[in-house]
Amino acid sequence: MRHSASLANKVFIQRDYSEGTTCKFQTKFPSELESRIERTLFEDTVKTLNNYYAEAEKIGGQSYLEGCLACATAYLIFLCMETRYEKVLKKIAKYIQEQNEKIYAPRGLLITDPIERGMRVIEISIYEDRGSSGSSSGSSSVSGSTAR
Amino acid sequence: MHLGVSESMRECEYSQISTRSSTPMETPYKKKTPKKRKWEAFPGRNKFYCDGRIMMAKQTGVFYLTLVLILVTCGLFFTFDCPYLAQHLTPIIPVIGGVLFLFVLGTLLRTSFSDPGVLPRATSDEAADLERQIDVANGSTGYRPPPRTKEVVINGQTVKLKYCFTCKIFRPPRASHCSLCDNCVERFDHHCPWVGNCVGRRNYRFFYMFILSLSFLTIFIFAFVITHIILRSHRNGFLSALKDSPASVLEVVVCFFSVWSIVGLSGFHTYLISSNQTTNEDIKGSWSSKRGKDNYNPYSHGNIFTNCCAALCGPLPPSLIDRRGFVQSDTPQLAPPTNGITMYGATQSQQSHMCDQDQCIQSTKFVLQAAATPLLQQQSSEPVILTASPENGVPLPGRTSLTLGGPCTSLPLGQPTPPTSTPSLSCHEATDMLPIHGHAHNHSHPLQEPVAHHHFLTPEEVPSPPGMLHCGSPLGHSHTVQAGFYNPASQDSLHEDSVRGLVKLSSV
Repeated sequence: MRHSASLANKVFIQRDYSEGTTCKFQTKFPSELESRIERTLFEDTVKTLNNYYAEAEKIGGQSYLEGCLACATAYLIFLCMETRYEKVLKKIAKYIQEQNEKIYAPRGLLITDPIERGMRVIEISIYEDRGSSGSSSGSSSVSGSTAR
Repeated sequence: MHLGVSESMRECEYSQISTRSSTPMETPYKKKTPKKRKWEAFPGRNKFYCDGRIMMAKQTGVFYLTLVLILVTCGLFFTFDCPYLAQHLTPIIPVIGGVLFLFVLGTLLRTSFSDPGVLPRATSDEAADLERQIDVANGSTGYRPPPRTKEVVINGQTVKLKYCFTCKIFRPPRASHCSLCDNCVERFDHHCPWVGNCVGRRNYRFFYMFILSLSFLTIFIFAFVITHIILRSHRNGFLSALKDSPASVLEVVVCFFSVWSIVGLSGFHTYLISSNQTTNEDIKGSWSSKRGKDNYNPYSHGNIFTNCCAALCGPLPPSLIDRRGFVQSDTPQLAPPTNGITMYGATQSQQSHMCDQDQCIQSTKFVLQAAATPLLQQQSSEPVILTASPENGVPLPGRTSLTLGGPCTSLPLGQPTPPTSTPSLSCHEATDMLPIHGHAHNHSHPLQEPVAHHHFLTPEEVPSPPGMLHCGSPLGHSHTVQAGFYNPASQDSLHEDSVRGLVKLSSV
């Protein structure tokens, strides 16, 4: 069974700045994904990501404590400990990987972690499943861009 | 493609220039076996040290001056004044001085060496996607320059998001493009030459702590050096006191002049922090009540205490540019869109690492290509696209606003070249074009001043071209009327002349 999927299109979910500069992505369902994935699944993913980012950037007791402690130790404490933001980013990376494996990859989609795009966009790559590798590329792809 | 032979010829010329000018590491088609770190391929104008761990601006001379001033003054203080003071007053003085000094140095280095919050540039796919969205929103395939602002309502205030032509992104609110470092920086405060870096979201608290602790240190040294001299002069007389410790005079002078500026700056930044504004916003008066009754700062948390805590003790976001990661040469990319216009934009993005001189040559080539494209497309409904030849300086009517947007989205002409860094050739090329624009738009008087003066802007945020673009669209309409009077045959010859003129220019 030889399936070679090639990159057909990329959809970019932009940032939602209606609540200021905090990291939040638009939950509007892009039209290119209409045939590929259910709206609710997509919205769940984006909402969960938004919640993670809100948690990372939350200004509250814990972040103040961390900030003051860091200042008191001249930020040397970050040599041994990672910031709360970094911890949440790790959680996000795991979540995205999980979502990709369970939900998006079976539908021929792939989510790229926003941190790799400078937190500007959530990039969702749409792959066309090709039956055989000999078919013409049609509208898609620069040569050499086949993804595994 | 439909553009024909001349297009492929130009493409050949185009790639000739690009291989000559770009360094091997930046061409995406070359496969290099040794892995490169991302900082080595960073498109901004920053300097990196310690294998990407340290990041500074290009001009660091003033930073070394700051360092020398602090080290020398403190060194003199500890060597000449502290022994006397420790002996005659209390040994706590050098201890406090030492702690302050270390704190100042630590925060200074932290401010100077860290990433201020640089936003990485858009990938070519993202840029192409944005272009497509803007074209769709515009509703036409014409050369009308698309609006490069987006409006967003934040906590009840309408904020305009500007498009950055260099980074090919819509800047998040409060972000700004630093023309010295050639990067968009989040929550851009200002570019500080004393610190040798931009001050932005990630290093603002260190900067504030630096100037605050430096004010304390300066006042501390000033006070105790004066105390030292007074104590000595009680014993031996004023003149012999000065003779015994000459270093004190130097310290007093340095501290006296520093105190006014540093303490003033600390006070100013304390005000900014308490109202949650950036220097940029304050200078522009973005949230000042003078602009309107309903104008308020949407980012403020409401009270001074929360604002201060958020700025100083809030979460520290990680660096978005991943300096020490490795460059992945095989990222799958989409084919650039077949629309002839945006293709130029897409390929240009790959050359974004080029230095200003090459950018200028490329941008001139874009003008050439874009100018010639409608000639080949033969769209009679389009307004006449004529570009002025800079040599004869004849104000040719027409859409010279073409160069401000549309096909030449990444054209740096719309942005001022910083006066410090560019070679004179490219500056002249850029500025030669600009006055022509002002010239050609005969009734664009309010525009002529900013256009002509773009070259002389102080290093601060690049004003985005929308100011010029807004003028472009109404003018476009007026020029269609004028264009109607032109004989198509003479249009072609005018085209050829202007194209030839530009070829000459670009072959420099």
